[in-house]
Formats: sequence, structure tokens, C-alpha cells
Amino acid sequence: MTRSDRLSLAHFWVAILAFGAASAMAFMQALSRASLDLPWRSAKMYYLSVTAHGVLMALVFTTFFIMAFGYVVVSRTLEQEPSGMKLAWAGFWIALAGTVTAAATVLAGRATVLYTFYPPLQAHPAFYIGLTLVIVGSWCWGAVMLLSYRSWRATRPDQPAPLAMHGMMATVIIWFIATIGVAAEVLLQLIPWSLGWTATVDPVLARMLFWYFGHPLVYFWLLPAYVIWYTVLPRAAGGKLFSDPLARLVFVLFILFSTPVGFHHQFMDPGVSAGWKLLHTFLTFAILFPSFITAFTVTASMEVAGRMRGATGLLDWIGKLPWRDPLFSSVALSMILFAVGGIGGAINASFGMNAVVHNTAFIQGHFHLTVGSAVALTFMGAAYWLVPRLSGRELELSLLARVQPYLWFVGMMLFSFSNHITGLMGMPRRIYDASYGGSTVAAAWKGLTGVSAVGGLFLFASAGFFMLVMIGTGLAGKRTTGQPIEWAEPLHPVAAERTWLDRYWVWTAVAIVLVLIAYAYPLWIHLQMPRFGSPGFKPF
Amino acid sequence: MNVELYEKIWMWASGFLIVAFVTTIAVGVAGSGLQPPSHVETIDPTKVWNDPRFAKRGVSVDEHGGATVVLIAMMFAFQPAEVHVPANRPVTFRVTSADVTHGFEIVGTNGNTMVVPGYVSQFTTTFRTPGEYLIVCNEYCGLSHHLMSAKLIVEPQP
Repeated sequence: MTRSDRLSLAHFWVAILAFGAASAMAFMQALSRASLDLPWRSAKMYYLSVTAHGVLMALVFTTFFIMAFGYVVVSRTLEQEPSGMKLAWAGFWIALAGTVTAAATVLAGRATVLYTFYPPLQAHPAFYIGLTLVIVGSWCWGAVMLLSYRSWRATRPDQPAPLAMHGMMATVIIWFIATIGVAAEVLLQLIPWSLGWTATVDPVLARMLFWYFGHPLVYFWLLPAYVIWYTVLPRAAGGKLFSDPLARLVFVLFILFSTPVGFHHQFMDPGVSAGWKLLHTFLTFAILFPSFITAFTVTASMEVAGRMRGATGLLDWIGKLPWRDPLFSSVALSMILFAVGGIGGAINASFGMNAVVHNTAFIQGHFHLTVGSAVALTFMGAAYWLVPRLSGRELELSLLARVQPYLWFVGMMLFSFSNHITGLMGMPRRIYDASYGGSTVAAAWKGLTGVSAVGGLFLFASAGFFMLVMIGTGLAGKRTTGQPIEWAEPLHPVAAERTWLDRYWVWTAVAIVLVLIAYAYPLWIHLQMPRFGSPGFKPF
Repeated sequence: MNVELYEKIWMWASGFLIVAFVTTIAVGVAGSGLQPPSHVETIDPTKVWNDPRFAKRGVSVDEHGGATVVLIAMMFAFQPAEVHVPANRPVTFRVTSADVTHGFEIVGTNGNTMVVPGYVSQFTTTFRTPGEYLIVCNEYCGLSHHLMSAKLIVEPQP
């Protein structure tokens, strides 16, 4: 095992264990929502576990997985050790220390503020400090990624980066731009306030800074999944990538449009005027475009694969694909769920129409298709592919691995569709009990919360299978060598020279200009307004 | 850059779809004034009970028959807990918070706003269907968040 593989594996294992813990909490929540009276069910446990689930899934599982995958891309596409191994390990330990600190604070019941931690709900300072350390650790990773690219480029000044590295460069750039917002919120507002150094905070300012970070956070999760769709899936399917240059264009468009869109999470907020919300709406719709291109390219790549496997008819290429391979089926099923989730996202972003779904169960139905399927299921598929190869072991319990993606797919259909419908019927998200004192309106949600709980059961079984396979592979997988990590070839050869799509500084500069247009003026206006701060509350 | 014909058709179709989405929204804004609640007004969140804008809560009706509903959201109730408004008349809701961030959602309608301490939320709507509506808090506000609700009675007009 190389030093670089050991680094990647350490990150993978933190991600996998965080995923396992968060899955168990999710199952308990789905049962609670269906008003099933189980032992130890209490509002305190419910909201505590919603917080832990959100933090462990959305921040810890994703971030550690992406860090792991980034190092794999450096070592296996640039074919060099990541530059700055000490910094990389420092980042790992800092992020792990932050994770343990934040998780312990949540489990002790001192930070039941959900993963969005909106003030004036006030957590124990250790929660905010722990999250800060996770971000600082990820910055070390980002620096290592950029340094690795720079040292690779030094000897190949004219060569474009391999596509996987191009996608990871976009991910890193977006992450650095995005985390400025949450760093400002946590360092300038929340930590001093939770330590008692300042008496009050402005909650709308905190929400603006949080969502400046919160939407590009979504692309930080999604872009590594897209890298897998473009550079791993076509090969796993037995074919080739349909278009390399369009894939490069897609990642560049994400650098540009990921950040200046955050107000679409604040449509229902007072204190933010409608004109700025409308500008962010238009920019949000611009970001549909690269995802539409992605839908075409990955589908076309799968068709290429089916035809290379001998399909000749209009649609028989679908049946020729390797649906029994857990890497392929995870990724392909995650893309089907994402198609539905993406359309839901366009609904959420539709300005006035958002009022019908805002903070209802529709939203949790939506993001369990996007981050909970497009991202999480793709990452699980990638774990089946990478963990055995990096560990030098065979995949253990491969039958469970084969079934697991389908269980996730069925569970997510049940969970997500029932939540979309109850959301449209007005059921709020994140509630311990949906009965509202016997209200007849609320009684109409009852059957569907049961369907959602059944979905939760499938998802829990699926997550359990995944954990068994991973832990089985890590502890008992048969030792083997020579399992290669291979990337998809494009159908047409890649340009030999760098093009305008490979100029990261230029695109970063344009992205910053767009961010300034979308945020500088509304933030300045906000700070000019006479405002009243809010003291902290701990109703948990 | 080599872009195949099918890709070009797909990209133009995608672009057209996005323009259609955006146009729909723009027409809604320009034509019907459809927009999310975006009122900008601040208030001292520690003094809402005595603030003249919120000292008198409940429903007041103006000379045209339109109603204004003034409410305070708090852990874990709305004050007042039941309001009566006329059907088919413009109803303006003015809501603020006495403590943490809450949500204000009239279930089964598009009446929905965040209620953030330090700010006044305001929106105007018209109820066509008389009856009893459930108002819920849709933003987590503490351990009894799921109990935070109120009643809205829309009364038929002669």
C-alpha cells in the first residue's frame, strides 16, 4: 500500500463510519415521524438525532469522502503522490478532531440546533469550534489539491489536466469561494456570541452568510459525483465517454454559477428585498444548463457502452449494461433518482411558487434524491470500487453489494415520493410528531408518513448491507494484488493543448465578479439598515 | 471543440426550456405581482410585546372590508392562537418573533413566511374558500416545535 493510498483510506473509513452512524439515526426519525410509539422515543432524542444525522451525513460523510476521492484522483490520474503529505495528514487530523468535538457536543444534548444552526438558537461553543475545524481540515486538503496540480503542471505546461482532475479543481475552487461565507458567520458572529463575548447577533445576516455557503456546498457534494459519472461510469459500463470537451465546459459553468444563487434558500425571509431574490432566481436557472448537458453526455456514454456490448436496436442497449455490478448499478440508479430530484429543484427555485413547498416535507423529499441519492449512492458505488483496490483486498459479501443499490432505490422512491406529496399537502419538515393535537388536516398525512417509514426501513437495510460489505472487506477481504483503478477513455481523443476551458484563474476571477454582483450590494445595504440583534436561546 | 449534432439539438432545447422557465417567472412577477414575502422592516426583538406595532394583536378590519392580522410567534405558540378573517377580501398578515426563528405556514394555501427575530414579516393574500385552516410553525424552534400551531377561520361574506 502506498503512502497516498493509506491517506485516502483513512479518509474513506471516517466517511463510512459517519455514514453508518447517521443512517441509524435516520431510521429512528422516519419511524418517529409516522407516530410509531417505540421505546425511548422522545422529542429530545428526535431533534438531537436530526442534528446528528444532518451534521454527520451532510458535513462529515461528504467532506471526508470527497477528500479521499480527491487524493485518489491525484495519485491515479496525475500519477504522483499528493504534494504536501504532512499538510494532508494535518488536514485529516484537524477535521477528525473537529468531527469528534462537534459530534460529542451534539450527542451530549448541548447543540440541538440542526445542521443549519440558525441563530438565535445557540449551541455550546464546542459545536461551532468543531465545525470550524472540519472546514479548516478541508482547506488543508484544498491546498494539497492545488499544490499537486501545480507541481504536475510545472513539467507539462501545455497539457490539459486529466478530466477527473479538472472536475476536482472545480470542486476545490468552489469550496474555497463558498466557505468564506460560513467562516464569516461562525468566526465573526456565532463563536464570539456563544462564548458570551458579544450579547446579540443579527439572524438575517447569519442566514445570508450561511446560504452564501449553503448552496455551493451542494455543488461541492455533487461535482465529485459528476466526476465519477463522467470518468468512471462509462468504463464501468464497458464503453467510452461521449464527449470530453463538453464535460470540461460543465465543470467551468459550475465554477461560475454555484455561489451567486443563495437567496433561493431565503425566498420566504423577511429583511431581503424581492429584487435581489429575483436576480438569484435567474442565476439559479442558469445552473440547470450544465446538469442538462451532463444528463445527455452520461446517457450517451451508456448507450455507447451498450452498443459496444453488441446492442443494435433502439433501446436494447439498456439491457446490455452490467446491472449486476454494484459500481455501475449504484451510479446508474443514482442518476435516475437525480433526474427527478433536479426537476424538483427547479420547482423549489421558482420564486413565488416556493411558498407552496418552503420548509415542508417536499424539501426533505427533494434533497434525499439529490444529496441523499445522486451523491450518497454514487459514493457508495465508488466505495465498492475503490476501497478493495486501495486496501489490496477483494470485495467481501459481494451478493449484499449487488442487492444494496436496488434496496436504496426502492427505499428512496417510497420515502421521497411520500414526502413530496405530504409536503404539497402542507406537512412541515423536521417535526417529531405529525398529529397536531388530532387536527383533521394533519390526519390526512398519516398514511403517507407510514409509506415514508417503510421507505426508511428499506434505506436502513440498504445502509446496513453497505456497512457489512465495507467492514467485511476491510477486516476479512481476501488479500489480492493487481486490481487496477482505471478511468474512462473519451470517444474522441482529448485535445493535446490546454484550451480556454483549462484556465482556472480566469474562471475563478469571473466567478468572484459574479459573486460580488449578487452579494456585495445587498450585503452592504443590509449593514446600513438600522438593525436589532437577538440574544441566544437554548430551548433543547 | 467538437460538438455533435444531437448534442447541439439537446443544448438548444435545454436553453429554450430554461428561458421558458425564467419567462414564466418574469410574467408572474410583471403581470400578477407574484413574489415571495420580502418585506423589509426591523424591530427590537426583546421589546416586541410593548412595541406599538405589536402591542395590539389580533384582527382589525379597514373601511374597505380588508383585514390586517397582527401576530407574535413565540416558543411554542402563536399569539393570538385563533384568528377570524373574511373570505374574498385582502388579508394582510404582520408577524414577528419574540424569541427564536419560527415559520408561519397556513396549511393548504401558499401563505408561508419565515418569522425571524428583529424583523417584521408581512404578506397579503385573499382566501376564496371559507373554513378552518391550520397554521403551523415550519422552522425548528425547540423541543416542542411540533406542537406550535394556531387556527385560522375564514368566514363567508354575505
